[in-house]
Amino acid sequence: MAENLTMVRRENRLVIAHIYTATAAICLGAIAGVLQGFSRASAITLPTWFDYYRILTLHGVLMAIVFTTFFITGLSTFVTYRNIERNDRPLALGWLGWWMMLIGTAMAAVTIIKGDASVLYTFYAPLKASPFFYIGATILILGTWVVAFDLYANVFYWRKTRKGEKIPLPVFAAVTTFIMWQIATLGVVAEMYYLIPWSLGWTKGIDVGLSRMLFWYFGHPLVYFWIMGAYIIWYTIVPTRYNGNVFSDALTRLTFIMLLLLSTPVGIHHQFLEPGIAAGWKILHMVNTYGVAIPSFLTAFAIFASFELAMGKLGKKGFWQTATSLPWKDPVFAGAGYGMLLFILGGFGGLVNASYSMDMLVHNTIWIVGHFHVTVGGPVALTFLGCAYWMIPRLTGRTLWAPQLALWQVRMWFVGMLVMSLSMHYAGLLGAPRRTADVAYAGMSQSMSWEPYMLLAAVGGFLLFVSILMFATVALGTLLKNEKGENFKAEFAVAAPEAQESPAIFEHMFRWGAVALVLAFLAYVGPITDILHHPGYLAPGMRTW
Amino acid sequence: MHIHRYERLWMMFGIAMLIVFMGAILIAAFVDNLNPPSDTQAIDPTKVASTPPFDHPGLRQKPDGTYEVYYVAQVFSFTPQTITVPVGKKVDFYVTSPDVVHGFEVAETDVNMMVVPGWVNETSHTFKKPGTYLIVCNEYCGIGHQNMAARIEVK
Repeated sequence: MAENLTMVRRENRLVIAHIYTATAAICLGAIAGVLQGFSRASAITLPTWFDYYRILTLHGVLMAIVFTTFFITGLSTFVTYRNIERNDRPLALGWLGWWMMLIGTAMAAVTIIKGDASVLYTFYAPLKASPFFYIGATILILGTWVVAFDLYANVFYWRKTRKGEKIPLPVFAAVTTFIMWQIATLGVVAEMYYLIPWSLGWTKGIDVGLSRMLFWYFGHPLVYFWIMGAYIIWYTIVPTRYNGNVFSDALTRLTFIMLLLLSTPVGIHHQFLEPGIAAGWKILHMVNTYGVAIPSFLTAFAIFASFELAMGKLGKKGFWQTATSLPWKDPVFAGAGYGMLLFILGGFGGLVNASYSMDMLVHNTIWIVGHFHVTVGGPVALTFLGCAYWMIPRLTGRTLWAPQLALWQVRMWFVGMLVMSLSMHYAGLLGAPRRTADVAYAGMSQSMSWEPYMLLAAVGGFLLFVSILMFATVALGTLLKNEKGENFKAEFAVAAPEAQESPAIFEHMFRWGAVALVLAFLAYVGPITDILHHPGYLAPGMRTW
Repeated sequence: MHIHRYERLWMMFGIAMLIVFMGAILIAAFVDNLNPPSDTQAIDPTKVASTPPFDHPGLRQKPDGTYEVYYVAQVFSFTPQTITVPVGKKVDFYVTSPDVVHGFEVAETDVNMMVVPGWVNETSHTFKKPGTYLIVCNEYCGIGHQNMAARIEVK
């Protein structure tokens, strides 16, 4: 056992590195976020050496890319190592991946803070940042590929040593997530192939239409990468908090396979209002986008069924008894549970955005910002924060410090997110644009109607900021207080014993990955051929900040 | 594979809902011609100032009495700055950019499009109520992005 513990500690150090890097990212990102909120509401004035667009870029990159990615790499590594036992597991790939991600992040972050990359997290050409920004982002992404290869290596080890045995469900979910991620990031790596030489001055101009299409080939599945990270937790970790089971092993695998197949061939729904893309391609991607709602419907059913079956065993019946008997005072469950509530809002807002015709009313208004704060900032971030309260004791062997503070952190995030996001949604319907430092527009009557909602959003943002401070206090306090006592054991939910075996066809995630690649190719071969057959005018780079 | 009866019903409900949504959108697109701006006309972004009709941006009345207006969106303004159009007459909007990506949104209408260097984008609108309408750039374009606006007077 002692030897085993040494092994666990050695592996845990890698996961701790990922999770605490994610923690640092969300703390820095929250500082940028709260400043933005007050600045936009005209309550504070930012100095020119730390202007709105610089911190908006910092906030977007740290939250959307760095926090989420480091958390998901850490979570997936944890899930894989704990479910595939292996003596003297090689950790070289895992550490190489983490170092690459860290170095890439540092390069990009320093460039942004210096003011040489105020291009926001979408870095739309021909806005031209310093080459360090693009190179750093590329190293970060290639680092995640190295982490993915480490996960695959562990799957191959399982297949070699446990012939004929099914891959454990949590590992299946994590690895499927990374296959999807690798297919998706091909797009942004291809975009970097054009952007890096251009930013170095080796090429004269950039095909803006092509770069945007490559970006959105990556940009939407990025969203599903976050959601799949949250689903890993909802399906395989959250049920252990209420003595529940996975509702169905087979349907869980099917959900992840559907997400793998359908996350990528949908990106053009971010480009509905763009020139240079024929209406037919937009309609094709809209239909695919509605398809990717199906695995989320499956998930909604599976999660609620798991609740109901577990509460039924305790003699609870009906909606209210089931809903109120769940462990809402447990910060791990509450994080996921409140996140699910926010996702109901986020999911239906998403159906509006995906609509080929209704998008005209909301595109690039602050409605969109409200939407992604109740998706990535709601179900995803809140589930991750709750999950951190579960992982940290199992990684450090310490008792979670101040669990009551953790619980109030989760509640405060929920309330803050509702206040901020609903204000943003409503202001967006009134036409308030996103991504602007100020909405005054010389006092036009329309813009005056937006101002009160900006203030309300800032108040919500402030609650979120306080919530992150509380999270950081618990995460650091647990390390500093150093209260031994908890063991390292991590349990994962399994299907009920009476459940059926899942069909063998669901086991082959790499083959499904090949199918996903074909679907992505089919969805994009037409629109990209169209762009390449046009004159392909090149735009010179510009620094307009 | 066994699927629980309730789950099957739930999935049928979900898929039926998606089909209704999509049906509504496709009918709007093909019957009412409600399509988002999707012009595929290319233009050299380095030569916008010398390419007709963008060499003379502004409002024109067409022979049938409707209007067309050509906008150049560049950091950090729109040309023309103000136009005046009558209530109830269709206006075709054309816009392009000689520099970076911009947005073109007439607040509280469905006029909303991306302005991408290398391409011309277009949409149409018939204003039903008189008043002053605000055009804003709704895609980040640089340090003065929040000042990039114009007006439409509808009389």
